[in-house]
Formats: sequence, C-alpha cells, structure tokens
Amino acid sequence: MLADASNFVQPVDNTFIIIVSICVFFLILITALMITFVIKYNSKKNKKAKNVHGNVPLEVTWTVVPVILVLYMFYLGWTGYKHEVSPPKNSMVVNVYAQMWRWSYKYSNGVESDTLFVPINKPVKVLLHSRDVDHSFYIPAFRIKKDVIPNRTNFEWFLPTRLGTYDVFCAEYCGLRHSYMYSAVVVLPQDKFDQWMAKQAASDSDTPADTTSM
Amino acid sequence: MSGETLALSQNEHNVNYLDYQGKHKGIWGWLLSTDHKRIGILYMITVLSFFAVGVTLGFLIRLELLTPQGTIVGPQAYNEFFTVHGIIMIFIVVIPVIPSVFGNFFLPIMLGAKDVAFPRLNLLSWYLYIIGGAMILLSLVLPGGAADTGWTFYIPYSVRTGTNMIFTLAAVFIIGFSSILTGLNFLTTIHRMRAPGMGWFKMPLFAWSLYATSWIQVIVTPIVGITLLMVIVERVFHVGIFDPTLGGDPLLFQHMFWMYSHPAVYIIIVPAMGVISEVVPVFSQRTIFGYKFIAYSSLGIAIFGSLVWAHHMFATGMSNTAEFVFSLLTFLVAIPSAIKVFNWTATLYKGSIKLEPPLLYALAFIFLFSIGGLTGIIQGALNVDLYLTDTYFIVGHIHYVVFGGTGFGLFAALHYWLPKMFGRMYNKKVAKVAFWITFVGFNILYFPFLILGWLGMPRRSYHYLPQYQVYHVIATVGSWILVTGLLIMFINLLVSIIKGKKVTEENIWGGETLEWKVATPPTVENFEEIPQVVEGPYEYKQNEYELEEEVK
Repeated sequence: MLADASNFVQPVDNTFIIIVSICVFFLILITALMITFVIKYNSKKNKKAKNVHGNVPLEVTWTVVPVILVLYMFYLGWTGYKHEVSPPKNSMVVNVYAQMWRWSYKYSNGVESDTLFVPINKPVKVLLHSRDVDHSFYIPAFRIKKDVIPNRTNFEWFLPTRLGTYDVFCAEYCGLRHSYMYSAVVVLPQDKFDQWMAKQAASDSDTPADTTSM
Repeated sequence: MSGETLALSQNEHNVNYLDYQGKHKGIWGWLLSTDHKRIGILYMITVLSFFAVGVTLGFLIRLELLTPQGTIVGPQAYNEFFTVHGIIMIFIVVIPVIPSVFGNFFLPIMLGAKDVAFPRLNLLSWYLYIIGGAMILLSLVLPGGAADTGWTFYIPYSVRTGTNMIFTLAAVFIIGFSSILTGLNFLTTIHRMRAPGMGWFKMPLFAWSLYATSWIQVIVTPIVGITLLMVIVERVFHVGIFDPTLGGDPLLFQHMFWMYSHPAVYIIIVPAMGVISEVVPVFSQRTIFGYKFIAYSSLGIAIFGSLVWAHHMFATGMSNTAEFVFSLLTFLVAIPSAIKVFNWTATLYKGSIKLEPPLLYALAFIFLFSIGGLTGIIQGALNVDLYLTDTYFIVGHIHYVVFGGTGFGLFAALHYWLPKMFGRMYNKKVAKVAFWITFVGFNILYFPFLILGWLGMPRRSYHYLPQYQVYHVIATVGSWILVTGLLIMFINLLVSIIKGKKVTEENIWGGETLEWKVATPPTVENFEEIPQVVEGPYEYKQNEYELEEEVK
C-alpha cells in the first residue's frame, strides 16, 4: 500500500518491523499474564491471597533484558540515521524553497520548478531553505523527512529506486493552508530527465532574453 | 462555660468536611476554604469542566475530519480547535488533574497529616489555576481569535500569527505558577508532615509518585514560564531572541519549550502510575510486588525524563552528537516504566482478585499505557523517527500515553476514591458498562491514528488526500463511541454523588493505607489523633496469619 521508492525504504521498514515485533511480543505477554491472573486468581476461586513481596533475580532479569533489547534498537536506528546524513560526493544538488504555502525547487544550473524531477538511481542531495516559518520536507514514499527552518540550511539525500510520481508533504504545521502545502517528486529515467532539463533550461534562457528585449 | 465551648469546638472538628460550618457560610465556605479536601473538590469541579470543553473540541475535530475537507468548519476554525484542544487538555487538564484533585485530597490523609504544609498557598494555587483557565476560554471569544499555532507555540509562526497569542501565553504562564506552588506545597508536606513512624519506605506509592512529580514541577516549570515570557517580550518589544527576522534562533525556542514540555509528560503520567500502584494491590488483596523498585523507578523517570527533551527535534537537523545522546537516553527512559508494568502485573499473581470498576480501569491503564510506551520506543529509533515524526503516529502515541494513561488513571482514581470523598457509592454495573464502551471506543478512535501515521498522514491537517479517508471515518466513529462511554461514566458518578447509596464504613475496598482508616467522608481534621505508623502501606498481614494457621 505504501510505495517503496528509495534506498532508505528497506532500512527504515526493517528497523520498524523488528522493533514492532519486539513490542508486540511484550504487549501480548503482559496482556496474557494479566488476563490469566485475573481469571486464575479471581476472589471467587481464590479466596485467600498469598503475599509475594518481590523477587530480586526476577527484577534483575526484567531490567537487564529490556536494556539489551533497547540498546539493540538504538543501534539499528543510529546506523540507519548515519546513512541518511552521509550523502555521496557525486550527489546531484537541488535547492528546495519552502514558503507559506508552497514548495519550489531550483537546480544548480538555475532551472526552477514547482515539482521535483529527479533521475532514477542517482543520489540527490536537497538543501532546504525556508522563506518564512518552519516547514518540514516530507516524502513518505522515500521514508524521509527534515525540517525546513529559516536562517538555517538543513540537508537530506536519497537515491530514487522506482519510477513514478510521489507526494511531497509539509509535515511541520505552518498556518492556515498548511495541509494544502503539497508538491510532487517525479522519478524519471535518466534520458527522460535529461530531456526535461534541456527543455526547462531552454525556456528559462528564453525568458530573461524576453524581459531584456522588452 | 469555657469547658462547654471547648467541647463544642472539638465536636465541630469531628463533623465531616462536607457539612462543616466554619467562619464562612455557603459558597464562601468553599471558595475561601483552606481545607485541602475542599480545595481538592474545587479542583475536581473546575478540571473536569475544562475536560468537558476539551472533549467537545476533540469531538468537533473528529467530526470535521470525517471528510477530506469542509465538513463543518473552515481551516482557520479547525486550526484554532486543535490548538485550544491541546492547550486545555495538556496545560489545564492532564498536568494538574491527579495531583491537584486526588493529591490535595488524599496526600495529607495518606501521610497522617491534618492538612498540607501551606494551606493558604494551596488555595492561591487554585485561584491562579482558574484565572489562567478562564483566560484560555476567553481567548476563544475575544476578537482576533484563539491561538492557532498548535499547543507547541513554535516560533516563527507564533510571532507572525494575528491571533490572541499574548493572552494565551500569559494564561499558560499563570497556570505554570499554580503548578509550581502545588509542587512546592507537596514537597514540604512529604518531607515535614509524615506521621510518626512513617519512614520514606512506609509511604504509600501514590505519595512517592507525587514526590517525584513535584520535583519535576518545581524544577522545570520555571523554564517554560521564562520561555513564554521571552516570546511575549519578543512580540511586544521586538527584541530578537527566537525570531529569525530579528536575528534570533527558532531552534532555541524548541529546545526551551521541550526542556519543560517533555518532563511535563512525566508530570502527567507519574501520578497516574501512583494511582495504579494503589489500586492493583488493594483489589488483589495482597502486598505489592517490588515496592522499592516501583518507588525508585518514579525517581528514575523523573531524572532520565528531564534529559530526553530533544527527541522531539530529531528532524530539525541537530548535530550527530545530539541525535546520538538523545536517542540513547530516550531508549533508556523506557526501562523504569517497563519495571513498573512488570511489577504491577506480578502483583496480580496469587492475589485474591476482585474485578471492581477501579481495577478494570487500572488494568486498561496498563494495557493502553504499554501501547503508548511501546509506540514511543518505536519513535526512539532515529531513522524510524525521521519517517514518523509529525505524522498521525505521534498523535496516536500521545493519546495512548496521555489519555490511555493519565485519562484511565484518572477514571480509576475517580471510581476508587469518590465513594470515600462523598460517602456515596456509584452503580457498579453501570460503571462496568461505561468502562467497556469507553475502552472499545478509545481503541477504535486512536488505533487508526497509528496506521495513518505509518501511511504518511501529516498531523495538524485540515485537509487530507482521499487514500486516508477510510481510517479517518473509523476514528470518527470511534469518537462517538468514546464520548457515549464518557457520558455514561460521568452521569453515573454524578448521580452517585447526589443520591447514590450511602456508605459509612471506613474501609470500602479493603485498603491498608491511612485514608481507609478515617471516617467516610473524612472529618474536617482528618484524624482525631495523629496516628502512629508501624507498618508499610500494603502489608496484608492477614494473608500471612491465615497461611500460618493452615500450616498448623
């Protein structure tokens, strides 16, 4: 149901599934124990309670085992994060501009667009700029998100792995039309992308010529 | 003659606190009373009224989200709804509710004291609280409109919006002082006013939880106070602190806001954990499992919980060091909560369990809070958080923790202590029916949030794409079921206070803490004589005598 369109999908989904599995295990364990005890030791059947003040080995176990498990979860999240903040040197750089309430993109050759076109299987590094308040650049199909904060250039990178058009949301509340602040990212084959870029560059170079002739 | 007056006045102090006629009569006997029990009731009436307003706003938010846009209101009204819903629920309902209602009423009695350490300060806290609360309600109707920034007031948006921000921030500032004073009062009471013989480890665990909570309140609430004051200064005098257009740093605001507001989550949840630690052993009729582990884990939560604030900011592009440290500490803060959950479950083992309404709510707390805690762990992992933060997943998580935790803890406390407070019993059958409707409605409402979040639905969205609608419809139907359950629960409790079956026995549920050894309802002075404490709060010695007899 959820698109799988970047190199970060597998690591994020795997970490999520591993942690959720551990969590579900503990939730079922606790719930099953509660239900069992409530039935087994119901006062109708079990008229006399027995005092059990505690059990130190048990306390140590249910402290140490969760500590080991959470350290493992931490490790998974941390290695995934390290990858997300280490863009390859050969990444294509795109500047992303956020403002109330639209996204715009500017490529290094000066081409501007309100939809993000990227070639497949080529790393893209986006530099995030805000023109007013906080926003957050969010592409669910790529499993990435980064806040866009004024006076601060955050970055993010991804490797698109599947052709198609995917939603770009603003995830940080930014006022009246926050929920309408959509855009799209379009993943194209390299040749189609080059064609698009060439066409854009041509029309862009026309525009300034037109204005000077005016 | 003088002997007669003395006898009369002593007699007066033995009347129950509801019938007591002091210096002031009628309504003034309540509004000017420094009796911790009457102040507890004042809080109960006001906090629950605000809760009703918060629920109404939540209900309207869900109704709006039934369709992708424009069901009942426009985007501006919607943004104000979720902002005021958050402000009311966080700052004037769940932060104060358990300490100020049940802490005020029962902490002195549980410690064997006649009142809190500073009774007048206690009344002042309530006045500060209602002034702040009234200002929030006023902001809804004043020209300019209620705040529309979300309850987090993030800068720069909060310095740009034209709504009544200063008024709202001032209200939260005032409420903060109410919280600080209550914390200070409880700390002094716990340190100085325990009955002879009540050492630290003979205190009920509810008192322990209030002790940990009060420290957090006193230490971190001033941070949010000063932060909100700085926002006001920035808006009025244009001093650049947080606003980037004036050379300020918006991330500084986020750090300062969460430095309070994350520990505030523990101010919210720890007292509810204290309630659960009372209810579980009483309805199992046995001693609590791992008393010291539960007591120390409250302090562990208070300490670690104050050091994890920046996990709300993983997506802001902090340094790798900050991401590393805050993620690691976030995972570790889960451990003391897990210890509590395991110990409560173990307390049921070999008990003689009576599944009365308070225990039902307590067990629901353990289940719902576990989901809340575990969904928190999921977001502790950095790469997963970068995907899930600011989506419906976090909204689901906060509602499982705050409503499933503190809300259900509150319901457990109401069903546990209300008969003691008013000397009247509610209809238990109706209470159980209300429980199941509330519990089922809760999950139908909030579980779809977790799915919506995983599917990428951003939070605080008036409008959404059609692929998300099915989950929104399910959640909205859940809200109708939940509200039905809440109505039945509260009407049942209200009816019981007015004309419920009279209860006069001291020990209604078979508890061993001191509130079950005083009159029902308690007398004005709580105790004719300050008790001498020799045993811990959940000894259930009877179990051991019976066991010995069996052996013979």
